[in-house]
Amino acid sequence: MIGSQQTTRVRSVSRAESRAAMLFVGLWGFGFTIFLLYPLLASFYYSFCDYSVLRSPIWVGTANYHGLWKDEVFWTTIKNTATYAAMALPLGLLVALSLALLLNAKVPGMSLFRTIFFLPSLLPMVSLAILWLWVFNGEHGILNEVLRRLHINGPNWLGDPAWSKPTLALLAMWGTGNAMVIYLAGLQGVPLHLNEAANLDGAGWWAKTRHVTLPMLSPVIFFNLIMGIIDTLQVFSVPYVMFPNGTPARSTYFYTMYLFDNAFIYHKMGYACAMGWILFLTILGLTWMALKISDRHIYYGGN
Amino acid sequence: MFLSKAIFPALICMVLFAIWDSERIVSPRTDNGRVHVVYWEKWTDTEQVAIQSVVDAFNSSQDKIHVDMLSIGDVGSKTLLAVAGGEPPDIAGLWGENIAQYADDHAVLPLEELCAEYGINEDRFIPVYWQMCNYNGHVYALPSAPHSTALHYNRTLFANAGLDPDKPPKTIEEMDSMAEHMTKSDAQGHIDVLGFLPAEPGDWGWGLGNIFGGKLWDGKSKITANSPENIRAYTWVASYSKKYGAQQLRSFRGGYGNDVTPQNAFMASKLGMELNGVWMSNYIHVAAPKLKWSAAPFPYPADRPDMANINYTNQDVFVIPRGAKHPKEAFAFLNFAESQKGMELLCMGQGKHTPLKNVSAGFWKNHPNPYIHLFTDLAYSKNDVTPPKMGIWPEYLAEMNNAFDQISLLQKTPKEALDIVQERMTEKWTEHLERLRARGEIH
Repeated sequence: MIGSQQTTRVRSVSRAESRAAMLFVGLWGFGFTIFLLYPLLASFYYSFCDYSVLRSPIWVGTANYHGLWKDEVFWTTIKNTATYAAMALPLGLLVALSLALLLNAKVPGMSLFRTIFFLPSLLPMVSLAILWLWVFNGEHGILNEVLRRLHINGPNWLGDPAWSKPTLALLAMWGTGNAMVIYLAGLQGVPLHLNEAANLDGAGWWAKTRHVTLPMLSPVIFFNLIMGIIDTLQVFSVPYVMFPNGTPARSTYFYTMYLFDNAFIYHKMGYACAMGWILFLTILGLTWMALKISDRHIYYGGN
Repeated sequence: MFLSKAIFPALICMVLFAIWDSERIVSPRTDNGRVHVVYWEKWTDTEQVAIQSVVDAFNSSQDKIHVDMLSIGDVGSKTLLAVAGGEPPDIAGLWGENIAQYADDHAVLPLEELCAEYGINEDRFIPVYWQMCNYNGHVYALPSAPHSTALHYNRTLFANAGLDPDKPPKTIEEMDSMAEHMTKSDAQGHIDVLGFLPAEPGDWGWGLGNIFGGKLWDGKSKITANSPENIRAYTWVASYSKKYGAQQLRSFRGGYGNDVTPQNAFMASKLGMELNGVWMSNYIHVAAPKLKWSAAPFPYPADRPDMANINYTNQDVFVIPRGAKHPKEAFAFLNFAESQKGMELLCMGQGKHTPLKNVSAGFWKNHPNPYIHLFTDLAYSKNDVTPPKMGIWPEYLAEMNNAFDQISLLQKTPKEALDIVQERMTEKWTEHLERLRARGEIH
């Protein structure tokens, strides 16, 4: 009898808990459906429409995608974005990993150095962009002033189409703090006994880094690679502030800037939705490719 | 236990409160029996102060309507989205070149009936400003702050170069020669002082073809970006890059700030002459009060005296977005703003001329710009250049700016760059017309 009462009570508690759980999940589900799923599906539909936001969408089939295929500016932005990603992505991974390895050393005051190197990533990128405008100023910028004292004639970083993208890739390094912290956390997870075993085998710092630390860190490197792909392909705010309209001569006109202009400046929302879906599928495809390629090179603890 | 039981009702209450409160915020407030008119405007700083004084004067002139003005960044896109969301402001302050695009998109209300009711018509305005508000037979906007442009020049740099500051250049050829006299650079080609730079301040790079008699379209259906006059104009632009070095000019320009700041090349007495708008006097007063400057009509090519008094005219405009809750009350404010008192208050505060034909003696006397008569006269010029009234103007503008960049960087010859613009925009224009046809806007 007592047992049965207990069972009933347990059941009712568990029912109450599931109700509460469903409630919380339901609220999330409601938000997800309204603010994410519906816009996602709607944007897919609009990508096949002529849609200016204010008038009802008119079905145009694949005209937007066909238009993009023929659109030279679209291809220019793809080329710019790919070039930028090819510079900023490996550089970002390398800088963040190198910093993390250095900041993982056992020396006094390390937490202070970690804070110093992480701080820049807390600053809003738009304020940084304004600051960098003056640092990279070809005429009066501090960077060229320093180079001048070293008898080097610095380039026109912001005004020369050949230098504008490398400049952006360089200053993107200020945002590597987040990736660096993730590497640092990963480095704490490298088992001590493996390093001790390597020590016994007479391995030096580089041998230990190459054969112990990096393989153990490979899932974290992979995670940062995926996040890096997503970030660099969506680069927007800094070039939007530093290089209005992708000047000089559209050398910094990136994919998302053209998407934004189509949506909000040219009022061609259908065209912009088609661009959004192409970007989404590209990122999805690249991530899937990275997953496939990485199968053989990544070591997970459970494997 | 009590807490867990209370969470659900508390959440529901919060959601309901949020819905009620957001409704309360956007609903018309009628405290003191007044209807609240919401007005979004782009201006900040002294320009915002000027429009606020008009709003305050209107609010205190009657007791039925209260205008709430909000200074909004990126007002064009936000107005568009607010119209789409069904909660637009009652008045929005856009730019003159927005009118065709916003009208094509049904984002703004035609105002001719309200204009007729209040007796507002073309007789009141300088013709170019009234014409800009008209599109496809409708009045979609009313002028707020207009501008015309002129050559601004630094009298000290003129004197230093042995030129007479009272004799500004009349022709493009004279200006080029004077610019050479004023320019100082070192042995490496690094420019210290520059006489003139077609790319500065950069607002009218799209329309420099007009100086040589060119146009961007025929006003009806044909794009004319690569006309011989336009090619000639941009060949003139390229001549500066060839003479002084494309990278040197870019580096010089990049070294200085925009025309509102003391770091601007003209303000810092590093640029001898530039094309700029009526507002420049206000900016100089704040950023470089000791600068000795003058203004004169922009030069014309020696073989085209018919292009004298060329200037770029444009204006900020008031529109009533489609779906506005109080269009009649909003128009009552516009009627006040378009009166001589309202316009002179606004335009005096912003250092501009008024778009109205009638100007009071006090306006002329107290205006801070010593060349206000010149700018007003220029607004009447037969060579006024206004942005084309095309729904695809933002795209056309982006293409022209890109072509200007390519030409001044000597990446492409003027003909090559303008041929690309011609091809792209002809295609875009055809697509746009097809789109309007599909929507039933035109036949």
